Amino acid sequence: MFELAVGPVSRALVPLVTRGVSESHWWDKWLLLAGGVAVFIAVIGIILFLADKSPKKIRDWAQLLVFVGPSILLLLVGLVYPAVRTIILSAFDDKGTTFVGLSNYLWMVTQPSIVQTLINTVIWVLIVPLASVAFGLAYAIFIDKARGEPVLKSLVFMPMAISFVGASVIWKFMYEYRGSELEQIGLLNQILVWLGFQPQQFLLNSPWNTFFLIIVMIWIQTGFAMVVFSAAIKGIPNEIIEAAKLDGANAWQQFRNVTLPGIRGSMVVVLTTISIATLKVFDIVRTMTGGNYGTSVIANEMYSQTFIQVQPGRGSALAVVLFILVLPIVIYNIRVMRKQKEIR
Amino acid sequence: MKHVKTTRRLISTAAMVGAVGLVLVGCSSGDAAESQSAAPVAGCEDYGTYGTFTDNPNVAISSTIVDTEADNLVKSWEQFEKCTGITIKYTGNKDFESQILQQAQGGTAPDIALFPQPGLLASVVNTTGKVVPAPDSVVANIDKWWSADWKGYGTIDGTVYAAPLMASVKGYIWYSPADLKARGIEIPTTLDELMADTEAMATASDNPKGYKPWCAGMESGAASGWPGTDWIEDYVLRLNGPDVYDQWASGTTKFNSDEIKKAFTGVGDILLNPDYVNGGIGNVKSINSSAWADAIAPIAQGTCSFYHGASFMAAQSALEGKDISENGDLYAFMLPGTEADANAVTGAGEFVGAFNNDPATVAVQTYLSSDTWANNRVKLGGVISANKGLDPANADSPISEQSVKILQDPNTTFRFDASDAMPAAVGSGSFWTGIVNWINGDSLDSVLSAIDSSWPAS
Repeated sequence: MFELAVGPVSRALVPLVTRGVSESHWWDKWLLLAGGVAVFIAVIGIILFLADKSPKKIRDWAQLLVFVGPSILLLLVGLVYPAVRTIILSAFDDKGTTFVGLSNYLWMVTQPSIVQTLINTVIWVLIVPLASVAFGLAYAIFIDKARGEPVLKSLVFMPMAISFVGASVIWKFMYEYRGSELEQIGLLNQILVWLGFQPQQFLLNSPWNTFFLIIVMIWIQTGFAMVVFSAAIKGIPNEIIEAAKLDGANAWQQFRNVTLPGIRGSMVVVLTTISIATLKVFDIVRTMTGGNYGTSVIANEMYSQTFIQVQPGRGSALAVVLFILVLPIVIYNIRVMRKQKEIR
Repeated sequence: MKHVKTTRRLISTAAMVGAVGLVLVGCSSGDAAESQSAAPVAGCEDYGTYGTFTDNPNVAISSTIVDTEADNLVKSWEQFEKCTGITIKYTGNKDFESQILQQAQGGTAPDIALFPQPGLLASVVNTTGKVVPAPDSVVANIDKWWSADWKGYGTIDGTVYAAPLMASVKGYIWYSPADLKARGIEIPTTLDELMADTEAMATASDNPKGYKPWCAGMESGAASGWPGTDWIEDYVLRLNGPDVYDQWASGTTKFNSDEIKKAFTGVGDILLNPDYVNGGIGNVKSINSSAWADAIAPIAQGTCSFYHGASFMAAQSALEGKDISENGDLYAFMLPGTEADANAVTGAGEFVGAFNNDPATVAVQTYLSSDTWANNRVKLGGVISANKGLDPANADSPISEQSVKILQDPNTTFRFDASDAMPAAVGSGSFWTGIVNWINGDSLDSVLSAIDSSWPAS
């Protein structure tokens, strides 16, 4: 038993020791590292120096090239190339060799399970942003200037700090099911039993299971919406609020005519950010149902098709659809931000 | 003033690129020459045939095996390394299956890969052509130590590419000997007897609350549903025989055929019957929400009697500390056939393929296909092998020992896990989801035609 535990450790150490006493030394690696870093710094330093010292005529261009060049290069390698390659792959078969035109897209809309996936994604993106904004905004308004505001805020913000997978595991325990004659171990089913109902299979019964997954996402995102709105509400000038009060506006009118216009910018940012996050949702579905029982969404299906079922053509087609769905939201976001800049 | 500014700028950029440089160089470091003495060491009598290498060559092996299993693997060739002077660099990687194809295409494959399924070996051989045929010494070992069935799984279009390595036997029914004794039930010898026992257990008057004869779990993260494919495979082989099984695995017999439907119905008689499942957990659907290995737990609590699982159940943490023997906490019998003394079993195993035929690679490959290796590895516990030179007494548990005997028995008809042989879109896709949907209440016909329609063309 002792040997079993020590085996891997001694194996790792032996090469180091033997290397130490033979011709090569352990510090060789570090010297190599230091040398490499030094050369790298020198080369980059010289390039930057030359850019700075280049003739006046081309200096602006040289500097632009040196500073923007790497980002553009990385964008090309890390974004443009994969995007183009994905689009091309989506028109090929599973081996990536035979051109099949739009048949991967046709497969998508003719396969009932994939149609279900597309519908689910739409349901997610309709519900999550709206619900998160509604809960976040309501909470932000009700606790504004309340006693213990920081504590109340942190409580709702805390789920943001939990990873999606962690949150999914927590909620899986909440939804856990045992037969009605056995003792329940999931909180929600225990409550149902206490109230005299039958325990439910929250994650198995379609179509409601999708909504029980969506709750997890709302639970996470509400904190984000709440914090942004809370800050925006505090940013509304006091004079305007006082003026509204003097004019005799009631709470609803104040909210409708003062608060809401004051936080419009934040609202757009929160809505679009959560929408994009929701379109890309993967972890929750993967962890809680694996995309089974009619709960799959595009990102999950894309992964399954590409890496588990080895159908990169179909996976790429799904990726392209996801990209097309995210695009208008991003464009809208940028346009609104530009407009706001113009106003300022 | 100008040059001071320039200097400061230089320093800050230098610091930044330095940090990046550290990361870059950190990635490329390592790989310095290993040196190990090739001097003769005591205990090398068994390793003379592999030769000694004075230039201390490295042989890289990779596979899906990680954690304890990987440590045991590394231990199993320690003595070989000492005696031959070869250094084996092992990399365990859970994503091995999705990466080996790309590595082979890109020319970055390891020297040796341990393929967990013959289907994957075949697709790497066929799409890349980078796997080299097994050298003569390995073929000689295969002929000597393995049955024709096993040789066939490593053979593609008449060329032997890979020797088998380890194995597992599927289709065991786990039970508590004390529970069966108290119920007065004998080990069933036919499927009909099994069903009769099940009925007797379900209708017994003194069953505890929540008791059902069978417990099962299909939940396995992204792979949910695979335990159900094992059920179906066992029934296809037992109800229809090996020929139909082979045709089904290769796609000529459809899922929607009468033969396969019969197997599904047979499994459904247990798994879809609310009187028979799901002991200690809940209704039929709860099979889908139960983690596959944890679903065996109710046997210990007396709320379930039978659980279908492979020989590797013994190594699962759910059974840690349990006495697995004929009169212990848990034991298992092989799922019977339609007749008594049926001898067809399903199982799985790894295959050793090489990407070059350097002398050192060949030596390692030959060693891994030998009876010496099989005994060395099985002695360390947790696994078995179909190697005929393996001494069953080296197995670490009665179930492992029984499995070795089944594998070595010349009368055994062994068939490899069919879902592993099917194209990934079916074997790791629609078959899994089909099982899950079927348990969740979808009609058998819709499930079977969905699986058939997902079978890739060509």
